[in-house]
Formats: sequence, C-alpha cells, structure tokens
Amino acid sequence: MDTLSQLANGFSVAFSPNNLLWCLVGTTLGTAIGVLPGLGPALTIALLLPITFQVAPEAAFILFAGIYYGAMYGGSTTSILLNTPGESATIVTALEGNKMARSGRAGAALATSAIGSFVAGTIGTMGVTFLAPVVVSLALLFGPAEYFSLMVLAFVTVSAVLGSSAVRGLASLFLGFYLGMIGIDLQTGQPRFTFGLTELLDGTNVIVVAVGLFAVGETLYVAARRHAGGDEIVPLRGSLYMTREEWSRSWKPWLRGTAIGFPIGAMPAGGAEIPTFLSYVVEKRLSKKPEEFGTTGAIEGVAGPEAANNASAAGVLVPMLTLGLPTSATAAIMLSAFQSYGIQPGPLLLDTQPALVWGLIASLYVANVLLVVLNLPLVGLWVRILKIPAPLLYAGILVFATVGTYGISQSPIDLILLYVLGGIGFLMRRFDFPTAPVVIGMILGPMAETEFRRAMTISGGDWTVLFTQPLSAALLVLAFTALFGPRLYHLIRTWRGPSPDHVPGDA
Amino acid sequence: MLSRRHVLLGSLAAGAAAHTQWSIGAALAQSPAQLQLFVPAAPGGGWDQTARTMEQVLRAEKLITGAQITNVGGAGGTVGLPQFTNQWKGRPNALMVSGMVMVGAIIANKAPVTLTQTTPIARLTGEFLALVVPASSPFKTAKDFVAALKADPAKVPVCGGSAGGSDHILLGLMAKSVGVMPAKLAYVPYAGGGQAVASLLGNQVAAGISGYGEFSEQVKAGKLRLLAISADKRQPGIEAPTLKEQGIDVELFNWRGVFAPPNVSADQRAAMITLIEKMAGSPAWLDEVKKRDWTPILLTGDAYAGFLQEETARIETILKDLGLAA
Repeated sequence: MDTLSQLANGFSVAFSPNNLLWCLVGTTLGTAIGVLPGLGPALTIALLLPITFQVAPEAAFILFAGIYYGAMYGGSTTSILLNTPGESATIVTALEGNKMARSGRAGAALATSAIGSFVAGTIGTMGVTFLAPVVVSLALLFGPAEYFSLMVLAFVTVSAVLGSSAVRGLASLFLGFYLGMIGIDLQTGQPRFTFGLTELLDGTNVIVVAVGLFAVGETLYVAARRHAGGDEIVPLRGSLYMTREEWSRSWKPWLRGTAIGFPIGAMPAGGAEIPTFLSYVVEKRLSKKPEEFGTTGAIEGVAGPEAANNASAAGVLVPMLTLGLPTSATAAIMLSAFQSYGIQPGPLLLDTQPALVWGLIASLYVANVLLVVLNLPLVGLWVRILKIPAPLLYAGILVFATVGTYGISQSPIDLILLYVLGGIGFLMRRFDFPTAPVVIGMILGPMAETEFRRAMTISGGDWTVLFTQPLSAALLVLAFTALFGPRLYHLIRTWRGPSPDHVPGDA
Repeated sequence: MLSRRHVLLGSLAAGAAAHTQWSIGAALAQSPAQLQLFVPAAPGGGWDQTARTMEQVLRAEKLITGAQITNVGGAGGTVGLPQFTNQWKGRPNALMVSGMVMVGAIIANKAPVTLTQTTPIARLTGEFLALVVPASSPFKTAKDFVAALKADPAKVPVCGGSAGGSDHILLGLMAKSVGVMPAKLAYVPYAGGGQAVASLLGNQVAAGISGYGEFSEQVKAGKLRLLAISADKRQPGIEAPTLKEQGIDVELFNWRGVFAPPNVSADQRAAMITLIEKMAGSPAWLDEVKKRDWTPILLTGDAYAGFLQEETARIETILKDLGLAA
C-alpha cells in the first residue's frame, strides 16, 4: 500500500491550482504541436527549458509531461483528417483513419482515437505506477539479437498493407529501405547515398517522407483528376461520435493496443512506431470485417494503433523514472531539465525525489483526463475542415505540409525532398503502388540493420545467436507463424480433402 | 585579474572597431553588450547547454545585456560550421560553441570548412570519460579489462556513443597504447547514452565508455562498476583511479570551447578573450559547471589555438587507425 499512499501524496502535488494550470497549458500546447508536422515534443520541451530557471521543478515537469502526452493526442488529428501525420507514431493511424474520414466517419475516427488514447494512457500510467520495476527488468533482457527478431516480427505488418500486388508492395518496401539508409552509418561513421550534401548526413526525416508521400502525393493526385470527376464533399454519415457498433468494435483494439504498446515502449530501443505497426496487423487479422481495411476504413485499424502509441508513451517513462535512462529524444531532454535543477536522474531518483516523481506520475493521470475533455468537443469542430471545398482544402494542406517541414530543421533541402517525394507519391498512386510500405521500410529497415550488426559485433560474427537465445528464437517463431500460419492452415485443409459441405462445382 | 572597467573598455574598443567596418552586419550590430551565440547542434545537447549557461552567467554578472542563441544542428556540427564562417564573418560580438566532437566530425565527414578558418577564443570545460563494467563483470580493474582486450579484442564488446565520437576515440587510444590494433576492436555504438547504459545493465556488452555523467548515478546505485576515468588526475568525490595510474598512458577530455568568426580584428579578439576569462572566473560560472559535472579547463588565446592544432592531429591519427578516416 506504500505505492498508493505515495500516489496520494503525488495527487496532492498535482491538484494544487498552480500545477493544474501548468498541466492545462502543457496539454493544450502539446495538442497544438502534435497537430503540426514539424514540431515535436522533444523540440518544444528543449525550447521551453529556460523556463526551468524560473519555476519549481514540479511545475516544470508537469508542464513537460502535459506536452508529451498532448502531442500523442494531437498527432492523430491531422493523420485522420488530412492524411498528414504530425508525429511518426501516428503514421499508421493515417492508413485507416483517413479512409474513414473519406467515407464520412471522421468524427468516429477522431473519437475512437481520443478515447482510445485516454484508455491506453490511463492504463499505461497505472503500469508506470504499479509495474515499473518488473517491466524494466524484463525490458533489459532485450539485447540486439532480440531487437532484431522483434523487427522481423514487425516486418510481417508489411504483408498487411501490401495491397493487390506483392511485387509492387515489396518494391515500395525496398524504396523505404533505400531512403532509410541515407546519411551517416552509425556503425562505421561513413556517409551513404548523401551525394556530398552535408544536409543529408543526418539522414532523411521520416516525417518528411510520410508527409511527402501521403499529403503532397495525394494533393497532386486530386489536382490531376480534378476534371475527371465531380467535386464531392463527403457528407457525414450517422452519429458525429461513435455508434453503438463502433463502440463494440473499438474497446478490444484499445486494450490489445495498450498491451502491445506499453511493454515495447518500456524497452530501451522499442520506440513508439513498432507497436503501432504490430497493433495494426493484429487488428487486421482479428477483424470480423477485414474487407473494410484499406477500402472504407476500419475503425479497429484506428483504435488499436492509437492506443498502442499512447501506451508506449507511458512505457518510455518506465526506464526514465526507475533507472534514469532516457530512451527517446523527449525523455532525454526531460532528463536534462532535471540536471538544471541539480537533480541527478538515476536509479535512486525515486528515493531521493519522491515528491517530484509521484507528483509527475499523478499529473499524468490528470493530463489524460484534461486531454480527453479538451479533445472530444473539438471533434465537432475538426470534422468541419472536411467541408472546405477541395481546391481550398488541398491548397491549405500543401501550405501546412510545407511550413511544417521547414520547421523541422529550417533546411531548404528538406523542402526539395518533400516535393520530390510528393512527385514520387503521385506516380505511385497513379500506377497503384502502395505508399505505406515505404514508410514502414524506412523506419524498420535501418533499425533492423543496426540491431543485426550490433548483435554480430557482440557475438563475434556468429549468427546462430538469433536462434540460440530463447527470447529471440520465440519472436522469430511468432513471426514465422504470423506470416505462414494462415497459408499452412489453408494448405492442411485442402490436403485433408474436400470438407463435407463442399459440393462439386462449388469452386 | 582584470577589473570590470577593463572589460568595458575592451567592449567599447570592439564596438568602435565594429562601427568603422563597412559591412551591413557590423552596421546593424547592437552594442557589443548584446552577444550572439551560434550553436551548431539542436537544442538540448552539450553545446546548447553550454551556450545557455553562458548566457545565464554573463547576464547575471552584468557582463552583457542579453544573448541571442541560434541553433543550426546536424552531422556533428559540420552543417552549421560553413554558415558560421560565411554568414557570420567579421561580427565582433559573435561566438560559436563547439568542441572535440566537431574536430572528429570534420575529419570523418571530410568537411570542406574546418575550425582553422575560425578565430579560436577559449576552451571552457571538459567532461572526462569513464570506463565501466556491469556489476557482475569479472573485470575488477582497468588492467583486467586491458588484459582481456590483449587476449582477443573481438571477445570484449564495448558500448558507447556514435562511431568516431569521443567514446570510440578513447577506446582506440587505450587499445593502441597497450599494443592492440584499434581496427580489431568490437565497438558497439549507440546513438543515445540511455540505450548504451541499458545494454550494460542488461549484460549485453562487456564494458562501456562514455561521459562520467552518463554513468555516475548507476555507479552510485551499485549497478555498474567504475574501473577508471580518463582525466589527468583523480577527481574529488570519485573513487576511481585514472587510466594513467593503471598503466594505460591515455588522457582525454571531451572538451567544449568557443570560437569567434573569421575576420575579427586583434582588438575584438582580445576583448572577447577578456570577456570569457571574466565569465569563467566568476563564482556563478564555477557553480553551474559543478552542478553539471563539467571540469573547468580554461585555456585561452594562442595557447588554445596551439592545443587545437595538436588535438586535431591526435584525433586524425586515431580515426585513421580505427579505419574511419582515409
């Protein structure tokens, strides 16, 4: 019960009027920057660091936590409405979310992502409160070999977004690998595919690629077809929020997304993207209406990944608060704020600064409630964006994408890249190549490569470690089953001969 | 010790010189009491923290009225450097915060612009590096570690920051000093300190090298064992011998310093050096430095320029030995 009494103390810190106000400021700011593609929580917190000289440590961390959670909420809005992901963790949301918006269910997509984020954020925060020590010791068991096998499992998601032609899908995937390889190779420090441009040494930003392919490509496609069809504004179908059926289709994906997101977020190299990929493929496999995926938009494909990315945001706090390990850019900057107060983050943080840590955890619960209160009423406002006539709306998207991209690093090279990729995105749509595998390849490819090479350095070049380490082997088996399981099952069924209800000529 | 009046005189001289120049930048320049700081890295990192701490201290000590910080990040600083040497040329009130990482990045990336084109002002602080092992490791001293390295470097995976960075350079220097080929080392680079520490806590690697601050709390909690530090002498409050004490003749600081742009006059340079010396001697600065686990290793003017030359040569050699530079 020690945890509960400390949490109660934490709430007394979080509920002071001053800190509530900071929490509100943080969540509002976080939602806003989540919406913009260029601004992320890491950069925002870095820019706000000087504030730490002026206010009490509790207030600063409550503000930062609000920004962090808020960005996870805000990022999904533009993914769903404009096909322009604000954060790399919400790229998957765009796949089904935008399809839903086009078939008149934008409100439901926004609602399921807001409520799913609330559910996952709250369960994840509970995980931070009660399970942190257990989760972190499990997360540390993951070494490079295990991460590589986890990436292999994540690659199965590609099969879920391949579309009609495997060859086209794989071509897209390899384009993603190529884009991911641009820049300095972490293992050897040598530049790859940079064509002598110093701006490319740090690689291409996945947000630029996603916005270029999805938003700019889409805009060009719409513009090219403008005179082919009539100008239609999608009417809103059914309830603004979720129907009873949509509720019943959402709650299981929320819980599954949380279960996938939290532990992977807690892993030092887990990140927020992989759980969204995994959640997407799980939901597509389990859905009773798989035909909606990629056509009219399936609500499960929004609910699951959105829950997964918020749960992983909570998971990232586990190594940060228990071990003082920053495992994401945002966590690293939050830790540097600790240092400006003369607080050394580390495994003893919980013992030396209980008021601060528990106040921070309590404010995460508060931030979650504030965010859902803030975001649900906004849904009605956001969906009206889609009523803007197409020429104005798409011009707006272009401006938005351009400004946001420039905001990432103020580099004109990024803008050129954005429009080149926009052109590629247009051609890919025109010739029916799926764009999602490009982004998946770009995120997973370099991670898989790095982890594989680390594993090989550690093992002295012995690749059997991938099979001899039990966790790694288990993940590979899981990946194999997920990929070939359905086919094998089908094969066995046909081997056993026609089933009783099989009528000749039924083929 | 110079009085504040001297600084003001120096600043006035710099201001007067600036106004005689014909460039637009100088004509528009505010009084030199307004400092412009160029940080060739994203907000939040070591250089950025140095710049922001400088601003804070200089303002508190009333040496300047304010400072404007510009961040141009990327590729170890080599993206920002050309901008500083071209667009900031001749500005009397500008400084770039940079350090050892940039020296390495310039060599590894074959950057067209180098630090020799700037006007070195002062080395401010350094972070010595630490060699640590997981608590359960059989290595008790740096000698044990080196012995294992000599037996078979491929069997001793060591983690640290990015390839060619200060952590990798220290491992290379250590190996070389005991007669192990640096190119044979099994170095496992991580982009962030947190992930490197996690791989140590999870017993994935045999040892780790990084700034002492990355490990200090884990060492205090008994999760990692500190074998040696790369400083020149023992440090107060740290119970670990130096590498030199254990027969490994290597000393390395990940140092940070400030540079003025090209084409500043001798007077402007002298005024800037005075300003920085004044700041580095103030109790407020020493207090901030201590809070952040930095070591004050002030070196200014010509002595700094000489150091920079030696350091560049040393890093170039070891990067070649590691197989990272041609």
